[in-house]
Amino acid sequence: MTLWNKTLAGATMAVALSFTSIAVVAETPANMLVIANRIDDITSIDPAQSFEFAGSDVNQNVYSKLVNFDPLDFSKGYVPDLAESWEVSEDGKSITFTMREGVMFQSGNPVTAQDAEWSLRRAVILNKTPAFILTQFGFTPENVAETIKADGNKLTITTDKRYATSFVLNCLTATIGSVIDMKTAMANEVDGDMGNAWLNINSAGSGPYSLVAWKPNESVTLQAFPGYYGGAPAMERVIVRHVAESASQRLLLEAGDIDVARNLNPEDIAGIRDASGVKVHEELKGRLMYLGLNQTHPILSKPLVREAFKYMVDYEGMQNSFLNGQYTIHQNFLPATYLGASDENPFSLNIEKAKALLKEAGVENLEIEIGVREAQERIEIAQSFQNTAAQAGVKVNITVGTGKQILDRYRARELDMSLEAWGPDYPDPQTNAGTFAYNPDNAFEAQGTGYLAWRLGWDTSELNPLTEAAVTEVDRDKRIAMYQDIQQKFRDTSPFVIMFQQIEQNGLRDNVMNFTMGEAISAADYSKVTK
Amino acid sequence: MSDAETTGGAPSRAPLPRWITGTLKTIGSIAVTMLGLVFITFVIGRVMPIDPVLAIVGERASKSTYDAVYLQLGLDKPVIVQFLYYVWDVMRGDFGMSLLNARPVAEDIARVFPATLELATLGVFFGIVLGVPLGVIAAVRKGSWVDQIARVVALVGYSMPIFWLGLMGLLIFYGKLGWVGGPGRVSIFYEGLVPNVTGMILVDSILDRNWMVLKNAFSHIVLPASLLGYYSLAYISRMTRSFMLEQLSAEYITTARVKGMSEWDVVWKHAFRNIRVQLITVIALSYAGLLEGSVLTEIIFSWPGIGSYITTALLSADMNAVLGGTVVVGLVFILLNIFADLLYKVFDPRAR
Repeated sequence: MTLWNKTLAGATMAVALSFTSIAVVAETPANMLVIANRIDDITSIDPAQSFEFAGSDVNQNVYSKLVNFDPLDFSKGYVPDLAESWEVSEDGKSITFTMREGVMFQSGNPVTAQDAEWSLRRAVILNKTPAFILTQFGFTPENVAETIKADGNKLTITTDKRYATSFVLNCLTATIGSVIDMKTAMANEVDGDMGNAWLNINSAGSGPYSLVAWKPNESVTLQAFPGYYGGAPAMERVIVRHVAESASQRLLLEAGDIDVARNLNPEDIAGIRDASGVKVHEELKGRLMYLGLNQTHPILSKPLVREAFKYMVDYEGMQNSFLNGQYTIHQNFLPATYLGASDENPFSLNIEKAKALLKEAGVENLEIEIGVREAQERIEIAQSFQNTAAQAGVKVNITVGTGKQILDRYRARELDMSLEAWGPDYPDPQTNAGTFAYNPDNAFEAQGTGYLAWRLGWDTSELNPLTEAAVTEVDRDKRIAMYQDIQQKFRDTSPFVIMFQQIEQNGLRDNVMNFTMGEAISAADYSKVTK
Repeated sequence: MSDAETTGGAPSRAPLPRWITGTLKTIGSIAVTMLGLVFITFVIGRVMPIDPVLAIVGERASKSTYDAVYLQLGLDKPVIVQFLYYVWDVMRGDFGMSLLNARPVAEDIARVFPATLELATLGVFFGIVLGVPLGVIAAVRKGSWVDQIARVVALVGYSMPIFWLGLMGLLIFYGKLGWVGGPGRVSIFYEGLVPNVTGMILVDSILDRNWMVLKNAFSHIVLPASLLGYYSLAYISRMTRSFMLEQLSAEYITTARVKGMSEWDVVWKHAFRNIRVQLITVIALSYAGLLEGSVLTEIIFSWPGIGSYITTALLSADMNAVLGGTVVVGLVFILLNIFADLLYKVFDPRAR
């Protein structure tokens, strides 16, 4: 055998070895739900600390709360969960919950009012990022012993003033309202952390699933809790695997190795629409995309200019082209599906009207800077706006930067305009009304960076009392009417050009039923899924 | 005449054995290099336009929450003090806690590095097994169609985006043909079936004698490893060809041929023997490159390795994780260089 033949034979064998046909399993088991998702945003599983999307998905399935949403019908609003009923005091400041009897934690410990008391107090005392959802009701580490109290199988919470009951209960459906198994958590307490370090990576809940393992950037494994009071879920095991790339998720879905693909881009969604064995599942999410006009700018602060800018955006053109089903036109600060959300979208691209408004305002040769974070969809939106604004005679200079660079300048009121996105923190209209339409002190020194209105330097003194009234209105219908009114005034006068609301599109195997991503108000729920 | 006078003064100390001085020099070199690496990485981490506090608390946090975390991270201390604390911790093997997932960075690295080690080792194995023979043949048959094919193979390997090749590979061999496993280290049903001893699933499944898991794990690793191996192959084959051409034009090769030695012996026992030291350098560099973590390969194949770990940490402003990962990669580079030096001494008596 010659040198060439010897070498060729060796190389051929090596190649053959590399590509040996090995059969791969092509179907997931009937009692297992396998999900591909980007889970690299999970920083903690502790309900008092978790504040990211993928982490909320885990908590939604691991913990029960006093009140929660029905994953099969979110339009019902909050419904009883661990609290089977509640009563509101005459002054409207106290709510007394009666705990459901016979409910067990995954550890086997009974769920008691003391566990609920400890969980809420703990969230306030630890004061992690999402704590504001509770502390906005006047709870402080110093007063929780008095304001959050258990007595027998009843838990009473007392707020600092009268709030709409729906506001308080909606907030308790957030992750931070989860009821934790106090005995288990405290058995793992280190240095007085109330079990925080342990709960960051372990679970102690009474929800339909228990956490088996969370491997950061790798996977989350959940095991069905047979003793769940609502009935053991059909999917005995749920595995969420971190798959960052959309094309990889699509391949896995089409091959039948996963049941759900959570992060498909528009091209891959279009690609699977006609594929056999898979379907597209869409839900409206709470994320809004908006343009903000800095009101410390002498020209942008003119009411006519603010109005003109709302006619300079090609809403339909973007929705029907590069946003391609990922966003829908929405021009109100309350996302659709939220209590009181308006579906009025009065603005459309109208260059002539924009020109007329600018002329009426005496504006010529306007040149402005817009800050945009370096994300493809945002840059494309900014470019579209740059193009249509130029048609109206406004020169727009786009500054692209990292999230921190743009955010820092936005919060310092340094940008003429910002292209930003905003997602609600909890499922109550106050979450957005309290930041878009509320700004208690517009002075720069006040540094109210948590209020979007402050960031734009917009004095909301006319809307402030309306927002404050809406948050305390006990009658649900009246409250809805109040938010409708605030949204109308906001649309007409605000320096926010709200453009789009996000639609989340997931790819599912066609045998997956009752899967929900939680719509705009909650997180993904696996408890009702069947295959 | 005293003894002292005889020897001309105080008795001089015997010089240290060469192996001791050599070892000390090596340790000193490692220490200086590591310190430099830690310093540069630390400085880069401080000048980057990302805010680790904001990454933890979120942009909606109150000022009091922000300030509390700022102090907790020790960012109020002078940078030099922060650096010295960090060096002290690293010397004790403590890379700190991940700012985002609140786990020890050392634990995270111990989890992700074996995945990369396994992938890179198989990849460089493919690169050597295919690349070295290809380079030798291309040199022996310089200008022939074999050489031209080798050149095209290398060119494609250098120029094709790994992202595209990876997706195409997945589409064809996983999506269409079903020959290999999809993204991930094993199919989901096989996860957790073998005890985690080394962190390398091929090795762990062999240790556990679980051949089903081994087979499944191999079906998952073969494609990304082949892809990485292809890039190694491109580099190794071109360098091998170049080294061989130099040797084949030397006079001792002509002499060997004149003496009637077989072509096999001329090529493999004489020419190839003399390029081994150079090849070691090439292979070591190639291996080190793969061990750094092939980020794109890891992303496409959902491979939880150190490349994607560092990248995710960087994008999340988790500087403890970035620093820890970078230090480990740097250490691996240094160790590979030392290993290559040792191999020089084995193969080349002049280096001893």
